[in-house]
Amino acid sequence: MTRAYIPQAAYLIASLLFIFGLKRLSSPRTARSGNLVAAVGMALALGGTFLLPHISHFGWILLAIAIGAVPGWLLAKRVKMTAMPQMVSLFNGMGGACALFISLGEWFKMPVITLRGLHLIVTRSFGECFPMLLGVVFGSVSFTGSLVAFGKLQGLITEKPVRWPLQKANNALLFAALIAAAGAATHRQDQSFWIIALAVAALTLGVLQVLPIGGADMPVVISVLNSCTGLAAAVTGFAMHNMSMIIAGTLVGAAGSLLTVLMCKAMNRSLAKVVFGSFGLAPAAGAAAAKSDQIMREIAAAECAVMMGYARKVIIIPGYGLAVGQGQHLVHELEELLEKRGVEVKYAIHPVAGRMPGHMNVLLAEADVPYPKLLDMEEVNPEFDQADVALIVGANDVVNPAARTEPDSPIYGMPILNADKAKNVIVIKRGRGAGFAGIENSLFYNLKTRMLFGDAKKALQQLVTEIKAL
Amino acid sequence: MDAIAMIYIFILAIFTGVEVISRVPTVLHTPLMSGANAIHGIVLIGGVIVLGFAGSNALIGALGFIAVILGTLNVVGGFVVTDRMLEMFKAKPSAKKTEDK
Repeated sequence: MTRAYIPQAAYLIASLLFIFGLKRLSSPRTARSGNLVAAVGMALALGGTFLLPHISHFGWILLAIAIGAVPGWLLAKRVKMTAMPQMVSLFNGMGGACALFISLGEWFKMPVITLRGLHLIVTRSFGECFPMLLGVVFGSVSFTGSLVAFGKLQGLITEKPVRWPLQKANNALLFAALIAAAGAATHRQDQSFWIIALAVAALTLGVLQVLPIGGADMPVVISVLNSCTGLAAAVTGFAMHNMSMIIAGTLVGAAGSLLTVLMCKAMNRSLAKVVFGSFGLAPAAGAAAAKSDQIMREIAAAECAVMMGYARKVIIIPGYGLAVGQGQHLVHELEELLEKRGVEVKYAIHPVAGRMPGHMNVLLAEADVPYPKLLDMEEVNPEFDQADVALIVGANDVVNPAARTEPDSPIYGMPILNADKAKNVIVIKRGRGAGFAGIENSLFYNLKTRMLFGDAKKALQQLVTEIKAL
Repeated sequence: MDAIAMIYIFILAIFTGVEVISRVPTVLHTPLMSGANAIHGIVLIGGVIVLGFAGSNALIGALGFIAVILGTLNVVGGFVVTDRMLEMFKAKPSAKKTEDK
């Protein structure tokens, strides 16, 4: 009697801990403890589940947990900070697949009554089927979608938007097939063919929806898929009548959706454009042709060092190129050297610098850059006027003036860092190619811009050496 | 459990989810997404229930077994990755202290 209440009490406390944990996660001072609080909630919910009456197969359960926990722990501990976004995507996909398998498991658990030796399958009502069908769809889409996003960020699949003829018609057709399969599965619950067909259609949809989206939009995609898995957890909670799953899943679904909206705002992209339109198709062609007669002006590291060493104020704009080049620590060293010489150094952090909002802050924090030196876009933009040098390290689209001036540009309207307002601009860049979004950047051809070509780490190393020698 | 009650909870949870993170600074977007990612690992519980009540049905047992593995990956990986990210934020005050000394 009382034993039946223990799991329920555990679920209740776990749900409260999830809410409390999320709350703490949204403030810098309490964030780490918030994560811990949520983890305790998870442990509690799991422990409560073990105490459910009539549960069995403990050996198998513990074995499965061990099989999942070891690689999960190792992956999470070993992954480099730069690869964090795809790692989140990968774990998200695992959650989606989990919801898919649960929904299938629930589906195949046919309610059977035995009458005079005959086994009769009791047909579920539509209301009972619906959450399971949704669980299959949401779980499948976020599973394959996340894997494609992972592949794109990891460089296993091209980051360029993949396009093929009749794309939208195909997707619409697939969507219709999805609904048809769901209807058929409800109607013929004795045939497992239809539920499998539904899963296959949803798995395909996940792939086809994410493939056409360019790498620059992946953070938004991951955020959408994150809330999709949250919803998958919630609907499977409905199917299983499990409160903690409903609450935790819905919390994530809602918080994830809000987060997606916030990210889109930061990039000035509407969600519909991210999902249905893509960067870097044809629009930049005209602009690129117009600029082919312009030249980029190269500069040597020694000259850069002089410019920066005798400047009053330097603003560093770090981009993803810095992160891939593992140059965070060097940039910090450079900053300290300049500060010692009396130069004021600030970092300008675009909301979507790196690959996800806040990613760059994490990377610079890893290199012990003092927190007050990291300025938001709104804070730093008025300061460019007074800056002698804007040093752009591996950033491109976030400083592209086309966002302000060229209405045809795909990034027109995106808030950018006004690096072009600084007296001098130095760009550290690997090559002459276009950026992540595949758009030409007129700032690189600007008269006051000097290009220092090379890998971020090597270029920074040269700068540090030269400044030391000043 | 009553379907209506579940729908009530669903709707209230939506408002809670939005309200709770509505004032998050941009700096924390990535860790927050990662933390939320770990929390939807609650599907693990569903996997445990499917496997734990599979009885002698091998198909359902297998589905539950795979679900538990995947759910655990989500939970463990999610929380550990988030902790590593947030560890970086914590590193700063201590670094400052050493500078002060």
